[in-house]
Order: sequence, then structure tokens, then C-alpha cells
Amino acid sequence: MNSKKILLDHGSGGAASRELIETVFLPGLANPILSLFEDSAVLTVGSTRLAFTTDGYVVDPIFFPGGDIGKLAVHGTINDLAMQGADPIGLSLSLIIEEGFPMDDLERLAGSIAEASQFSNVPIVTGDTKVVPRGKADKIFITTSGVGVVPDRITLGSGSVQPGDAVLLSGFMGDHGVTIMSAQAGLSIESSIVSDTAPLHAMVSALLKQAPEAIRCLRDPTRGGVATILCEIADKSKVQIEIDEKNLPVRPGVNTACEMLGLDPLYLANEGKCIAIVDSDAAEELLSVMQKTIEGKDAQIIGTVQAPESKTRHGRVILNTIIGGTRIVTPLSGEPLPRIC
Amino acid sequence: MLPEKISEGFRDRELAKKLTERIHENVKGPLRIMEVCGTHTMSIFRHGIRSLLPIDVELISGPGCPVCVTSGGDIDQIIELTEVPGIIIATFGDLLRVPGSKGKNLATARAEGARVEIVYSPVDALKIAESTDQPVVFPAIGFETTIPVIAATVLEAKQKNISNFMLLIYHKVVPPALNALLSDPELALDGLLCPGHVSAIIGEQAYEPLVEQFRIPCVIAGFEPLDILSSIYMLARQVRNNEARVENSYGRVVSREGNPRAREIIEQVFEPCDASWRGLGDIPGSGLKLRKEFKNHDAKLYFGLTSNYVPEPRGCRCGEILTGKVKPPECSLFNSRCTPTNPVGPCMVSSEGTCAAYSKYGEI
Repeated sequence: MNSKKILLDHGSGGAASRELIETVFLPGLANPILSLFEDSAVLTVGSTRLAFTTDGYVVDPIFFPGGDIGKLAVHGTINDLAMQGADPIGLSLSLIIEEGFPMDDLERLAGSIAEASQFSNVPIVTGDTKVVPRGKADKIFITTSGVGVVPDRITLGSGSVQPGDAVLLSGFMGDHGVTIMSAQAGLSIESSIVSDTAPLHAMVSALLKQAPEAIRCLRDPTRGGVATILCEIADKSKVQIEIDEKNLPVRPGVNTACEMLGLDPLYLANEGKCIAIVDSDAAEELLSVMQKTIEGKDAQIIGTVQAPESKTRHGRVILNTIIGGTRIVTPLSGEPLPRIC
Repeated sequence: MLPEKISEGFRDRELAKKLTERIHENVKGPLRIMEVCGTHTMSIFRHGIRSLLPIDVELISGPGCPVCVTSGGDIDQIIELTEVPGIIIATFGDLLRVPGSKGKNLATARAEGARVEIVYSPVDALKIAESTDQPVVFPAIGFETTIPVIAATVLEAKQKNISNFMLLIYHKVVPPALNALLSDPELALDGLLCPGHVSAIIGEQAYEPLVEQFRIPCVIAGFEPLDILSSIYMLARQVRNNEARVENSYGRVVSREGNPRAREIIEQVFEPCDASWRGLGDIPGSGLKLRKEFKNHDAKLYFGLTSNYVPEPRGCRCGEILTGKVKPPECSLFNSRCTPTNPVGPCMVSSEGTCAAYSKYGEI
């Protein structure tokens, strides 16, 4: 980015965010753990490996069909831990509240956070509350951090994927992104489309129990969507990933909204989905484990991992389209913008 | 409530295969087809249609992205207007990252404190104007598809007497641009894939003079993969049979006469004027301006703006790309200095821009 000020693009989770981190933060902060760019860091204490992560939540609107900023903050951090295979043991909760924020809304959020924590069976173990003058923050911002224990023998990473592996997606793409974007745009989309916000650690635990050795990598495709995450994995593992459009689970209502807004579901945010890249021999059994859970009941095998065509062509993601064509999938570059006509 | 599965049936793999076979049967030599509309360009890439076509078929992207053909001077005008104290720019999101000649765009202006609101419809801009005394300016960019909605909004603003609602009119109409393109001997097109949405307004009839004057096969196409494949097949068949006529493969939306009511509203609010297109230059009668009874909604008059000629950014070949003379990878800036995150030219910014399509979807 040439501009000297921060733009919204820098927070999109795409190429601009990556560039910001690489140019502003990494020069001073780089270390072997941070530089892995995984959803959470794995720290070793004695013989125990702890996963540790943090995430800020600034979603607008704060209440949306299927959830709210509080639920999102609990689930999102649990999921970042789960993507390293960790069993979450506790979360922190930090709130920045704008002066004048309705007490009713705060109580509603507190209730929702408590419910999410109880349902997930992950306690909030520490917290902080700050209030800033009106106009200095937009309603409420929440930050949660989390710690989890990584089971023995489990090492997951975006760089561990191998040719021949299968790519699983745990359910419908884009529900959260479409819910938020249509709320922002004031569109009354299909009422059946609600945010997919959900904790994934129970599903992950079931997968790890079934075939611990077969799972190479778990990622939750939040900002940037399935496309951006697959591109990252292909890049880090130096492989080519091929996905089939006909197997990509997308709800018809999400497709319709995407057609209207000029969006591609591959780039929409998900808040309760997981991409699992696994040894192809175990793909079917792991798929059926996923499908037996509530969060993963609509899971599909969406593609395969291949050796790159040549050394210079690794890192590519290829989509076989429904009509039988092929094209390259690239990572998200900026905030997805609605089209003009 | 929206209907479910808008596109059902138009993405059938077996039908796509049959159409592809027919295209292969009918293409007997080089076939240069221009898809005029940016939405077609995107759809062609998104569905991997190029990978299905015979090697002899060359799809050339035309000047059909409204943001891309807006001249540099006009873009500068919008960005400069953000400096007026208290002004609110209400715009479609596509314009946000289009760079002006001085390195600024609406996103950076917003980061510096300008009030730039993203709207999804001009009616939303009008609502903002109703809620404030500050001037609200909506940059009106778009072809015949967008113009009727803008015209209706202007009528509503006049009727409600919302005098702080103003527009920067950069509207352009498609047929004069097609005429200019077809007059260019360098381009040597064999057929036109005509825009579906624009045609819904102007009708099949709008292409009849072009067919007569240039003997060019024209097929009006929808945006689903089967729409596009069947239109390419129809163009190939016309060329093979040495025909040149207007065919319509988008009959579920486009009629021969188009939408007379929409054209009436356009006529009521706007009158034709000359317009400057990026890549194509000045084309007589290809633009629109507000009629005098709506002059108080004209931001150019109110703020006394003039559009200056702005040269293309150094090395940027958007002009040639918009007229199909070069393809994005032939531009030395493409995917190096000019990327979707850091665009130099407008074709890389707009979601319907040719460079954005090449960059986003790449070529296998």
C-alpha cells in the first residue's frame, strides 16, 4: 500500500492485511512461532504443549441473525485453538464499550457470552472492561484470548500438506459473510440464511480421536473465505490444490445473494466451518465422523492435493467449474466490494 | 424474499458439453469475439469458459466496465470534491479504490477524514440527504442499466424538494461507443457478444443499425455459463454461414423493443451530450447531462467543477485494454506494480475490470 494511512483494506484478512503485518510488525517481532502464521501459537512448557491465541471482534451490526458479537468472540477464539488440535481450557474477555451504550444490550451480550461459554464448556477465566467517550469507539469492541492443551503426537500445520491428500470442508460456505453483508446493505435476503457461528472443538476432538495421524492441517476459513485459506495452505506446503465446484456446499439463498451483490461465496467469511486436509486413505471415515456432528453434518470432500506441475508453479489452487471448465483461484486482495451495476 | 436458485438450469454440465461440441463443429478458423460487458468478462473467467473453447476463438474484453471507461479527469473531480468541508460523498463501492492522478482515491480520502459512504442504491444516497443539511453528492457512473434508477431518484429528489442531494453525472450510453469501436479497422472483430442488462433497456433494435453499417454478427447474451456458451455458438454459426444479424439468446429478459418506460424516464431527466471515454476518447452524443429543470441537483454546476484532461498513469495500458488492442498480461505493470490491492489503472480496480478479471482468475 502506498498510502500513509490505514485503510479498511488493511483489515480485510486478504493480501493487504498480510502486507501490513509483513512490513510493519514482522521486522521487529519475527520469531519462529509468530512467523508460522497459524491460527494459534503452540508454546511448550515442560512436556506440555499449549496453544495460545487472541482475536478482536468489531462486527457491525453487533446483533445479527444467528448470533451476536459476544457469541462470535467466544466461538472465534475457541476455533482458533481447535485448528491447532488443542482442547481449549480457558478464555479471557476484554471489552471496550462506547459511552452511552444501552445497558440492555450489554446485558443481552453478557447473557449470550455466558451461554456460548457454557455450551462450549470453555470457561471465561479472566477479563477487563473499559469505557471510552462517545464517538471514540463504535458501540462495543470485544477481544478474547484463549489457551488450550495440544494432545500428544498431534502436530498440525499449513505446511504439512502432501500430494494425494484430500480436502474436506465441514459445511455450507458463506453463511456468516452473507448474513452480515446483507444486514449492512439493508437487504432482506432469504430468512433461512443466518450466521454459522459455532464452536468447532468438539468436532475437531472427534476427528483427532478417529485418525490422529491422518490429519495434516485444520484451518477455519473466516475472513478471506475458503479461497484465501486454500491459497495459503497451497503456498506453505508447496503443493497444488484442486477443488470441484460441484462439490462445494453453498446454500441456494447464499448463491442468490452473491449473484445480486456480485460476490463469490469462495471469498465470504465463515465462523463455524473448518477446512481439514487429511490423508486420502482416511478421508471417507473422517468425513463420516464430521457428518455425525451438528457442526459438520453438511461436510463434503471438496478437492484433492497434487504435486505442483513445476517448481515455479506450486501454491496454485485450481477450480474445476460446474460446467466442466477450469480456472485458477487466487487469494482475496481487499475488502469484497459490492459491484456498481 | 428472493427466489431460491436464480441460476438453476443455466449451469448444467451436460448441456454445456453439448454446446461446447457445437461450438467446436462451427468454428472453422480464427474467430475474434468481443464481449462488450464487464459482467460477461467476469462470468467467462469465473466459470472457466475459455478453457472449453477451441483455440481459434479469441474473446476480447470490451469497454463495458463503467468505472473503467470514466476518464481520469472525471475521477479526479470526484476525489477533489471530498475536500469540500462538510460534504458527504455517497457512492457505490466499486469507486472506492479507483486512483486519481495525484495518488489519492476515495478510500485514502476517507482515511484522512473525508466522509465517504458506501451505498447500494442511489435511493440510499437520497435518504442520507434527507437526514442532513450537508450536501450529499452521488457520483452517477453507469450505462443504460443504471441510468433509469438514477433518473427515478432525481425525479424523487425534485418532487420532495431535497435540494442538498446532488449528482456528478458521468453516465454513458453504449451504442455510440460500439459504433466508434467498430469504425476502428485495427480491431477487426468477427462478432459482438452484446450486453444483457443494457439490452433489456435498449432492446434488440439498438443493434440493427450496427449490423447494417458494419455487417457484424451481434448476439445478446445473458450472464450464466449456458447463456454465454449458446451465444458464442450462435456467433460462430453466423460467421460460418456468412450471416450478420441480431440474435437474442437472452429472450427471457430482453425484447426487440427493450424497455420503453425506462427510456422515457431517462429522456425526461437527461439529455445527450458528448462524453470522454478512457481509451476511446471523445465520442459525440455518448454521454448524458441533467436537463435544465434539474440543474439544482447538478454537483458540477453547484461546485463550479470543470474536468481537466489527465494523462494515463505512466506505463498504464488501460486505454488499449478497454478497446481490446492488448490483453492485461501484455501490460508491464500487470500483477507487478499494478495489483488489485495496489491498482494503478481502473481496469484493475473495478470488480468488472478486465485486468481485475485476469488477475483474480488468472489463466491456466
